[in-house]
Parts: sequence; C-alpha cells; structure tokens
Amino acid sequence: MREFLRVSFIQNDWSVYVSSVPSSSRASDLNNGLEWREALTRWISDWGELVVDAMTTLGDMAIFASKIFMWLFTARPCKGTILPNFYHVGVLSLPVVALTGTFIGMVLAVQSYAQFKDLGLESRLGAVINMSLVRELGPVLAATMLAGRVGSAMAAVLGTMRVTEQIDAMTSMGANPIHYLVVPRFLACLLLIPALTVMADFMGIVGGYFYSVVMLGIDHYQYLNNSRKFVGGWDFFMGIFKSFFFGGIIAIVSCYRGFHCQAGAEGVGRAATAAFVFSFVLILGVDLMLNILLDAIYSAIWPNGAKLL
Amino acid sequence: MSFLEPALSSSSISAANRPPLVELRDMTLTFAKQTILNHIQLSIPRGQTVAMIGESGCGKTMLLKSIVGLMQPTGGQVLFEARDIHGLNDIEMTDLRKKFGFVFQNAALFDSMTIGQNVAFPLIQHSLASGRDIHRIVCDRLAEVGLPENVIPKRPSQLSGGMRKRVGLARALVLEPELMLYDEPTTGLDPIMSDVINELMLRTRLKAGVTSLIVTHDMRTARKVADRVVMLYPFARLKKGENQIIFDGPPEELDTCKDKRVKQFVNGEAGERLMELRQAAYSGFDETPMLADTYAQKSHER
Repeated sequence: MREFLRVSFIQNDWSVYVSSVPSSSRASDLNNGLEWREALTRWISDWGELVVDAMTTLGDMAIFASKIFMWLFTARPCKGTILPNFYHVGVLSLPVVALTGTFIGMVLAVQSYAQFKDLGLESRLGAVINMSLVRELGPVLAATMLAGRVGSAMAAVLGTMRVTEQIDAMTSMGANPIHYLVVPRFLACLLLIPALTVMADFMGIVGGYFYSVVMLGIDHYQYLNNSRKFVGGWDFFMGIFKSFFFGGIIAIVSCYRGFHCQAGAEGVGRAATAAFVFSFVLILGVDLMLNILLDAIYSAIWPNGAKLL
Repeated sequence: MSFLEPALSSSSISAANRPPLVELRDMTLTFAKQTILNHIQLSIPRGQTVAMIGESGCGKTMLLKSIVGLMQPTGGQVLFEARDIHGLNDIEMTDLRKKFGFVFQNAALFDSMTIGQNVAFPLIQHSLASGRDIHRIVCDRLAEVGLPENVIPKRPSQLSGGMRKRVGLARALVLEPELMLYDEPTTGLDPIMSDVINELMLRTRLKAGVTSLIVTHDMRTARKVADRVVMLYPFARLKKGENQIIFDGPPEELDTCKDKRVKQFVNGEAGERLMELRQAAYSGFDETPMLADTYAQKSHER
C-alpha cells in the first residue's frame, strides 16, 4: 500500500519529467522562467511526498499495532520466547537505568540548590527533586534508556532477520512472525518498563538525597519531611501509568522499523537509528499529552492539591 | 518409518487422473507499475520435479514466493490441490504451510538458535512431536543430508555455506512436505558441494516422492534432477503478446530447442546482451569532452 501510494504520487507529478531534461546549468540563460517553475514544482512535490510518506507510515504502524493486539489476545505466546526477551529487556537494562537514575537525582540537586538557597527554600529541595523525579524524569529516563538500549537492538535484529529472509522462512514454516517475534518483545517492554521506572525513581531519590544531605549539608529531617509532605501516591502512580505507554511505543515503533527494513547493511543501520529517534520523539509527545490529561484529572479530584509554597 | 509411506502410495497412483498439485492460473505480479510476472499459466502434477531457469531478475523467486503465499499476486490465482491459497484465512494457511518445504537461497537459518533448534522449529511450532521424538527426528533428518550429530549444538555462523544449505534442506524436510521449493540451491557452492545438493534433491524425490520446484541458474542441476524444465524470460524484454514462459519441456529438449534465447541461456553465451555494454559505453561518450574540457582548463590555469 505504502509503495503504491508513493509511486502513484511520483508518477502523477511531472517534475520527474522536468528533472530529466538535460543539464539545467547549460540551458539556464535560455529559460530562466522554466527553471524557476521547475524548482518550485519539485519543492512542492517533495513536501507532498513527505506528507504522503508520513501518513502511510502512520497508517502502516497502526495496522501493525492492531495485528500485535490481535495476536496478543487470541493466542498464547510462543513457548521459549518470553523468558529470553524479558531477560534482555528487563534484567540487562537494570544496571544502566539505575546508574543514570542516580546521576539524574544528583544533577537535580546540583542545579536547583543555588536557586532555592537564594530564596531561602533549600529545605524544600527534597520536594522539588523527588517530585520531578517521580513524575517526569524517572519514567522518561527509563524510557529513553530502553529505547536506546533495547529499541534499536530490536530494530536491528528484526531488520537483519528481514534482510536475510529469516522472517520469510518463519512464515513459510507456518509460524506467524508477529506472534513469534513481536508479541514477546511487546510484552517484555510493556510489562517491564514500570519496574525499570521504579528503579530509576528509587536510585534518583537516593542520589538526590545523597547529594543534598551529604554533600550540600541540607538538614536530613527537613529534606525527608518535605519530600513526604509533597510527593504522594498520585505522583508515583502518574509516572508508572505513563511508563506503560512509553514501553508500548518503544516496542511497536522498533519492531515496525525492523519489519520494514530496507535491504543491506545500510537499511539495518537506518532502521535502528529511526527506531530510536522516532520512538523518542513519540515518547515525549505522548508524555506531554498524558501530563495534560492527568493534571486535569488531578485537579478535578483534588482542587486544593499540594502546592510547593 | 512414516517418511516412506506416502512415497510409495503417491508414486504408484498415476498422476494423470488427479488434479495438479500446484496450478498457477493467469498469475500476474506487478510492483510499482513494473510488471514482473505476466499471466503465467503453469501446472505441476504430483510427483514431478520442475526446474525453473531464467536470468536474474526475471521473477523466478517471486513466483516461488507467491506459491507459498509470501507474495500476494496482483492478478490471477495460485491453486494448491485445487484450492486458491490466497483466499485462505490465517489458520488454514498455517495448516497448508505444513505441506510446503522451502529451501532459501542463503539457507535463512535463524541465527539466534542452534542447528538443532532450527531443524526442530517446524515440529515445535506445530507441536507435532515432543522431547525425545524431536531429538530423534532432528538426528534422522541431519543424517539424511549427511551431517553428523555434533552439529546440533552449533550456531549457523559456525558452519560453512554448504553445511548451512544442507541444514536448510533438513529443516525444510522435517515435516515431510508434499511440495519442496528450492530457491537457487546450488548457487555459491563449489562444484562438489553442488553435486551433493543435487544428489540430495534427487534422493529426497525418490524416497518421498515429493513434488519439487527448483529455481536455478545451474544447468547441471536442471539436467540431473528435473523431469521438466521451464524457462522464464524477463517481461520487459519480451515481444508484445509473447508468453513469458519461453520453454517448457523435458531437459533433453533444451539442446534441440530452436529458440535462440533458450540456447544462449543453456550454453551461457552473452549474445546480443553484449550490445547493452557497448551502448552503455557509447552513451557515456558525450560526457568525455566535458571531462577533457575541465582537464584542459585546469592545466591551463597552471
């Protein structure tokens, strides 16, 4: 469908013809007007192609996602595919998520300390650090690490399988590649990213506490008391809730990119890069939407919710 | 051994009064307005071994992939046992695929699995055997293609090209298929290994009486293994209204065929295709003065 759309678009467009007219630089003094028009047409057609491409990709991806859900609910996952994927996505991502989480917690402390000290509010640092960690940075950080570590690897693996006909071989032996390859990866991302988010949250909280209390000398009791007062169950829930969406996005985008990989080493490389870039952009976009939505719900339930001041 | 039983029964019944195993009716495949296959009519009776020859890019592999449903033809029908395979739903298709064995050009072994897991994959997928049975069947199949038991724990990357191809063959044979499809089984192998593969294809056929379709460039394979040779010609270079299958007959007739294109292919002569090279050389000619100009200009600047 996608190929068809793109091609029909090119063929309806006469700029292809025009560009095959021999070397425009030699004939430039003859028909300046035509050249200008030609450039304009090409520019418009390029944009048109981009839009059509984007639409077809989005549509394709939606169909792909619907197939994943269809297999997810109609058939049991294939034997022996679940555990290895869970291990790769969950266990092996744990150290790197923990490490980056710790650093982010400390960075937050470093960044906000000076500002809050000037206002005389350094005792409230715990609230700020932990609130932003639990609500925003923990889930987004875990998702970023997962997209980089697992997403691009999934795209590369599936892309190589596509290029070397392994996916075709699987189909020809009566196994559905979406059921066999994509569903376990989707499940692993969807179910384990909350755990990774909790890990990032926890290590961030520890890192922030360490830097604030041990390095900057903020009062231990004040720090913890303020944190406890401001950060509640809702904030924690919000982060975890969002992370499910991030996990789903990573799996769908990366597997889609792998499945629709172009031939050759370059194609696989491009699939891996595109998987990361596209899923990251989508993660941040969806993050914004979910934040707006969840905040609306929050203020509807608790009109006088916790405020920092 | 159950492997032998269908062989005896299918070879004893005359193929004439049964419908063909595979039939392509008016099959057309177009890609982005470029026609690859045009109104192909082909029927393969049970038990026959057909070699499909033709130059690269004429659509042989696409035809093979349409038969197993990896490609959707844009027109016409593909019938297997008189059923249109592209009208089947997912479950029926999965069931049907148990009857196919596909040997891919580069074996297409799953490199995340061991050789044993690769060969056992179809068995486990369709849960047709369990535990010890699987091991026994895998060993049997590997022995049939001349591979020792100690390759089972190895990875595909640890094997040579010929061995990998034989594993691919073993994997395709593991479900005792009715139709074997080979995509260039001898390409990229040394002459001895090519002959081993030919011998294996022959043996498979004698033993199990399977129907085979072999896509190949190797005339030795076509002569040695096939009962019937079909030659496809690229659609773009056909004369108008001409059939894309330009030869269909037993391999012995290849030498007496009057068609120049068939002769050239069989004997491996470039013929008028050399003209294309010459034309390409001439079409580059008008660029040459420009290059010369810039060169002259540069030397002038010095």
